[in-house]
Amino acid sequence: MDDHESVYDGLLGGDASQWAFGTDFEDPLAGVDTTLPVGVDADLLAAYCLMLGDDALIYAHRLSEWTSNAPDLEDDIALANIALDLLGQARLLLARAAAADSSVVPALPAGSPVPPEDALAFFRDEHAFRNVGFVEALNGDFAVTVVRLFLFSTHRLALLQRLSTSSDPVLSAIAAKGVKEVAYHRDYAGRWLVTLALGTEESRRRLVAGLRSVWPTYAELLRPTEVESRAAEQGFGVDPVLLSEEVDEVVDTVLAAAEVDRPELAPAGTAAMGRVGRHTEDMGRLLAEMQVVARAHPRGKW
Amino acid sequence: MTAQAAEPFRARQLAATVVDPEMPMLTLVDLGVLRDVTESGDRVVVTITPTYSGCPAMATMRDDLVHVLTDAGYADVQVKVSLSPAWSSDWITANGRRKLHAHGLSAPGAAPTGPIQLSLAPIRRAIDCPRCSSPDVRLTSEFGSTACKALYQCGACREPFEHVKEI
Repeated sequence: MDDHESVYDGLLGGDASQWAFGTDFEDPLAGVDTTLPVGVDADLLAAYCLMLGDDALIYAHRLSEWTSNAPDLEDDIALANIALDLLGQARLLLARAAAADSSVVPALPAGSPVPPEDALAFFRDEHAFRNVGFVEALNGDFAVTVVRLFLFSTHRLALLQRLSTSSDPVLSAIAAKGVKEVAYHRDYAGRWLVTLALGTEESRRRLVAGLRSVWPTYAELLRPTEVESRAAEQGFGVDPVLLSEEVDEVVDTVLAAAEVDRPELAPAGTAAMGRVGRHTEDMGRLLAEMQVVARAHPRGKW
Repeated sequence: MTAQAAEPFRARQLAATVVDPEMPMLTLVDLGVLRDVTESGDRVVVTITPTYSGCPAMATMRDDLVHVLTDAGYADVQVKVSLSPAWSSDWITANGRRKLHAHGLSAPGAAPTGPIQLSLAPIRRAIDCPRCSSPDVRLTSEFGSTACKALYQCGACREPFEHVKEI
């Protein structure tokens, strides 16, 4: 009786095991040696991990919007699983950024139990995010989503494969793990791309329209930034120029299987955008939804 | 054997009783995520490897390890994460595979090795229905109720079942 006067008793504090998955207030890199390798600048490594982590975080959030809205239950579950994999990669990458250079982590009220990777995800303002605009764009219909997921995962798989030999052992371990996950994502999106293209007249019309709408913004993912070039010079990052050939090969293979021409469309702009903190209107709304609860309770424990 | 001689293995034996929260028929040893247990006096360091980057079961595994070891009298229990080498479904033990099958789950085949191939045709696995043993099974989705499972349906007994994916 004394313990059970209110169903809400004991919800705050106390035994962590009452939660289905624990409170998860543990360092995802607990016990991992995060010493900087020789010749690697801490601020550069942090900036690089933020870029890769923000791409995964923002895209995970966007994809999660399909939960309960996908065309059928299997794809609802598939997109949620893909989002979860990317969220896990984001968590590790943001934790790696914070461990390399704690100055990137926003300050929180004294005594806040929010771990650094959560502070990075939920307490940075829009201009501090380094993801490409490509991942923050609205999902569009299922065909647009499939095209974007295919291009994203094709690029990310090539990137993570090369990063698995990064001179930073933490980054290389995160990448090697991610490779196994993203290989499933690429297959999923590639299959749907072909299925929609060779399906009905309507599914093909939507797929082609989706490809044309996504294609011009895809270039931003392939455009090298100073951070990436310097990270490649220091041996822990990948020069995006090196990826274009293998990415193109996979894209061409899938487009050929789908009997769709590669779009002859110019990139939408050439200026640095998301990688230097310039985002589109869609980003503000995404962040508002993603961050509002955490920001309302900066000392909250989840 | 004296009690002292058995002591070094006690923490490991306790850690080996912790089960996966999503597939509770498997212990962390069966699943291949328990990498190392070292103890010295009342201090224990347990090392585990995450299965999938985003698997939320990791936090429960950590909490459960801390609980079982703390309850057994260890004052200082640390759970470390080992990211490399990345977990592989090949690490699920033979015992673990038997338990999966006994609980109606299909165990993974050999994990892929070598360069990653783009696969536009649905993955074909030579697996049998864990309930009726029929090889007439159909993949319904490469993604299931947890990150590590695909969905199948048996054409003979019509039962849906889950297959632990090769990774």
